[in-house]
Amino acid sequence: MPLVDHNAMVGVYPFRLLPEPTPARLVAEMDRLGVSYAWVGHVPSIYYRDAAAGNDELAELLEPFLGRLVPVPAVNPAWPGWEREIARARRLGAPAVRTWPAHYGFAASGPAMKALGGACAEAGLELVLTIRLEDARQRSRLDVAGDLLGADVRAAVRAHPRVQLLVACADRACVEEVHFGSTPDEAARIRWEISGIWGAPEDHLAHLHRVVGRERFVFGTHFPFRYPDAAVARLELTE
Amino acid sequence: MTEPLVDVHAHFLHEGCGRADWKERNARRLAYGARIGITVHIASILGSWGHTSPTYFPSPEDVTAGNAAMRAIAAANPGRVRTYITVNPNFTEHAEREVARGVKAGAVGIKLAASRRADDRLLDPIAGMAQEHGVPVLQHVWQHRRGEVAGQEISDALDLMAVAARHPGATFILAHIGGGGDWAHSLRALVGVPNVYVDLSGSGVDRGMLELCLACVGHARLLWGTDLTMDTGLAKLRVLEAMGLPAEDLAAIRWRNAARIFRLSDAQAAGAAA
Repeated sequence: MPLVDHNAMVGVYPFRLLPEPTPARLVAEMDRLGVSYAWVGHVPSIYYRDAAAGNDELAELLEPFLGRLVPVPAVNPAWPGWEREIARARRLGAPAVRTWPAHYGFAASGPAMKALGGACAEAGLELVLTIRLEDARQRSRLDVAGDLLGADVRAAVRAHPRVQLLVACADRACVEEVHFGSTPDEAARIRWEISGIWGAPEDHLAHLHRVVGRERFVFGTHFPFRYPDAAVARLELTE
Repeated sequence: MTEPLVDVHAHFLHEGCGRADWKERNARRLAYGARIGITVHIASILGSWGHTSPTYFPSPEDVTAGNAAMRAIAAANPGRVRTYITVNPNFTEHAEREVARGVKAGAVGIKLAASRRADDRLLDPIAGMAQEHGVPVLQHVWQHRRGEVAGQEISDALDLMAVAARHPGATFILAHIGGGGDWAHSLRALVGVPNVYVDLSGSGVDRGMLELCLACVGHARLLWGTDLTMDTGLAKLRVLEAMGLPAEDLAAIRWRNAARIFRLSDAQAAGAAA
């Protein structure tokens, strides 16, 4: 079974040094750990007001690595022309787009998310939400975008009856809150990436496999923020 | 013989924690430890883990019960599990009695949670006993405290350095560099502080953390550990291996530094009881 990283990014981060946040380093880490290919977003696009400019950069950065690195563009549905980024994602063969409600300043329960959810559903693109980039205890004073809440995820999955979500960096509490706070149909449209879920010996991931369903979880590393070895070790020790 | 691997930051549960699955969870830690290759778990119990008094402000009665339970676990796993003595420095005489009793029973370290800030003079008698008995003090640390938090009287590296400066003959361990907070703040602070070691445990696996540990503290003051998440401990071990450290530097982090400060022989570091 090929190992696919569903939560990687490239690019610099404003609040701390991420060592070599480059496509070349990402591919080197994938080779070391046996990861076949990766869905790759762009860290600066989280902070650009105009995500389209970030998507230009992402496409250029990944161009030499296509086949291993799959672009996952960012979409800010509160910014003019966002629909063109959906079209671009399709042209690039992206499986998904990422959005950042807390950073872009729109409500997950509002009309912008509803429009984005509908567009993703129509385009056959999964919508990636990220609960947090870093632990709240270490954030810069300037890093004021809060974590996404379970309520945000529930609102997003209700934005359109066919929207498919991939939620990155959630912990056990968030997964359980959303799973049991959703209808079976809603829950079936959410996949969870594992980098934020504790493994051995607390075994939160094993627990979630049992109560939510193993098929709802996908491998992800949260590169370049976290050592990708952690997600591999988590899987290895999860029974 | 497999190369030793000493976990300097392990925890166990006991009956008084109010958790029905305490035995199973202890067994899981040992089983995962075997899979990872841990030869010695150096472990503590923080009172009742919140069941009958707060985890980070344990009552003297709970401290005593937790330490007794920890000794029982070590006795049931000779050589594989060794103990810290947990104390609450707000109860000085009780803390002194617990340290004396624990050392006599074979404890190899003292565990301070977050009952009193590390720079406080109430830690002095404990640091003095640590030096007298030749055991290190593992201090729970919030990497860069920027205010107070509920449930703990948190300390950071600067606080720990204050007590370490007053007791240059004692050895201190800054707990779980990956345990939350800004690890870069701690590491920059600890440059050139010879009697403070850094344990690598904690759920945090931020890229750059281990590189900065080596740059600021160096392999001779790093200790491998897990705390609550053993998978992240395994991950950090693999990252260190992938960094291409010289074998002797990696061995220092895996076990030799721990063997030195906990006064374990090579055989004991490999899990021998004697």
